[in-house]
Amino acid sequence: MGAFVLLTILTAFRVLSRNRLRAGLTMLGIVIGVGAVIAMVSIGEGAKAAVQAQVASIGTNVIIILPGATTVGGVRGGQGGAVTLTTADAFDLKKKIPLLSETAWSKRDVMQIVAGNKNWNVPVNGISPGYLTIRDWSYASGGPITQVDMDAGSRVALLGQTVVENLFEPGEEPVGSTIRIKNVPFTVIGVLAPKGQSAQGSDQDDIVFIPFSTAERKVLGTQFLGSVAALFASTDHPGDLPAAVEAIREVLRGRHRLQPDQQDDFTIRTQVDIGKVQEGTSQTLTLMMFAVASISLLVGGIGIMNILLVSVTERTREIGIRIAVGAKRRHILTQFLIEAMTLSLVGGLLGIVLGVLGAQATTVIAGWPTIISGESIMAAFLFSLAVGLFFGLYPANKAARLNPIEALRYE
Amino acid sequence: MGMLIVCQDLWKIYRLGDVEVQALRGVSLEIARGELVAIMGASGSGKSTFMNIIGCLDSPTRGSYWLDGLEVARASQDELAEVRNRKIGFVFQNFNLIPRTSALENAQLPLFYRGLSLREQRARAAAALARVGLAGREHHYPAQLSGGQQQRVAIARALVSEPAILLADEPTGNLDTESSRDIMEILDRLNREDGITIILVTHEAAIAAYASRQLLVKDGQIVSDRATPVPAGSR
Repeated sequence: MGAFVLLTILTAFRVLSRNRLRAGLTMLGIVIGVGAVIAMVSIGEGAKAAVQAQVASIGTNVIIILPGATTVGGVRGGQGGAVTLTTADAFDLKKKIPLLSETAWSKRDVMQIVAGNKNWNVPVNGISPGYLTIRDWSYASGGPITQVDMDAGSRVALLGQTVVENLFEPGEEPVGSTIRIKNVPFTVIGVLAPKGQSAQGSDQDDIVFIPFSTAERKVLGTQFLGSVAALFASTDHPGDLPAAVEAIREVLRGRHRLQPDQQDDFTIRTQVDIGKVQEGTSQTLTLMMFAVASISLLVGGIGIMNILLVSVTERTREIGIRIAVGAKRRHILTQFLIEAMTLSLVGGLLGIVLGVLGAQATTVIAGWPTIISGESIMAAFLFSLAVGLFFGLYPANKAARLNPIEALRYE
Repeated sequence: MGMLIVCQDLWKIYRLGDVEVQALRGVSLEIARGELVAIMGASGSGKSTFMNIIGCLDSPTRGSYWLDGLEVARASQDELAEVRNRKIGFVFQNFNLIPRTSALENAQLPLFYRGLSLREQRARAAAALARVGLAGREHHYPAQLSGGQQQRVAIARALVSEPAILLADEPTGNLDTESSRDIMEILDRLNREDGITIILVTHEAAIAAYASRQLLVKDGQIVSDRATPVPAGSR
């Protein structure tokens, strides 16, 4: 059987190379289909990975609580339109909900900061020390804002990469230098490692952190002491997030004395919610493109079936000869199946090359991230094999069922 | 010497819609090993049907057929393929070589389906080509060979499996006189020197004259079966 299969494969290549144009055109459908699948999947995977990285850059198991719309006398303030959250809420959440591993708060405003003879407008965030842990910030140099800084109301600042680039010369070390925020001098105690774009597309590195207490008293001011722009909390495990969200809602509604018929005066979001929207979009896109590619493969398969039917008719007499000298049904069946699979496999391999090149071109030209996975190449390979097998079966079966007497007489 | 072919009361009936066509009507025949038999008859006489059954390409409707001690009248398609592969060599009027495939590969074909190693297939096919005088032309394609040479490739293909019987259906029908004589001399030599049993279908008396026995088929029956006193090949 080994020699038989080997010779049959050689014969298949010879038959196909005899009619190169025809074989090439027949393969084209498979080439395009497989190429499209490979390119689409790698673009989809690249987009997914980018979204995941963005979502991960928010922090680990993060819950964000924003002041919500309040309705006062029929006038509805938008999201964040009222100051309803306080540091006292944060302390209470931490005390009442054991699921929360950390809580923090912040407030922010865009301010001009000055270093030497340069200035830059940047969102200045007053934060409690826990914030840096929850958001998973790490440091390029220097260290964090601590509880000591917080208690003392120290004039210390952490700078994001974008801020450093705009206020300092390349190579200049910002840690230890002094910057001015609203004319108040601050010592730079650390530079943050870059995080890149957020899921919403804003530059997360264009940022300055100072202790919340310092911000409240000396820089940002406040409507009333302890009011915050946002609360943050985190859990140890992602699975705890839904329970934590419910617990937070209950505690905050109690603290804010909301009646059962009143809406929440805050909004709770988790990282999962933010990720879902983005992933949903990219999944829809991937699915759509996958459908298009599948149709292309289907059309390619039909093309193979068509050309094999022509081939069976053209070679009726050859089939008759083979049967006369002792070929069994399975021999003829195998021969034509191997021809079909050779067509679809060569097409599939060309398609893989095309798809990889296409994905790389997409990265170079459009700047989209792409990931070419071994699984998608393997799947495309097996799929093209299956297409050959499936669409070759009918013509091969037709050949194997030929009546040798009539086939030998065929002109 | 035992009988190589024993046919008893072979019937072949085709049904074309409501019409019943009796292509063979009770043919009984015995052929011994080493005979060279010519079958003659007009077209439509049933001789082709008879040859197809003898060649295991078709099965009789009724009757029995023993080939080399094996009852093949009721054999399955795959069993018949096996019998054709091992016991029967075909030579056709129009050569029936596979185009764009070398003489060697054409001659190899029966061994290909026997699952022999490639080396053995090639060696035996080359030997068979040498037997019909085509040594050195192994890698020629059919289109590069004359009609007589093509028919010799076909004879090599029939010989390669060392069959019990060689069936030649109008083997010289597409050849000129000289090539015809070449082919008949090869067949005659194979019969005389190697003792290969040959059944020959022809309508030419000159070709039939090579046979030691002549059968005449008419209306699906053998109407005449006579030994030729002095076979032409022994001149």
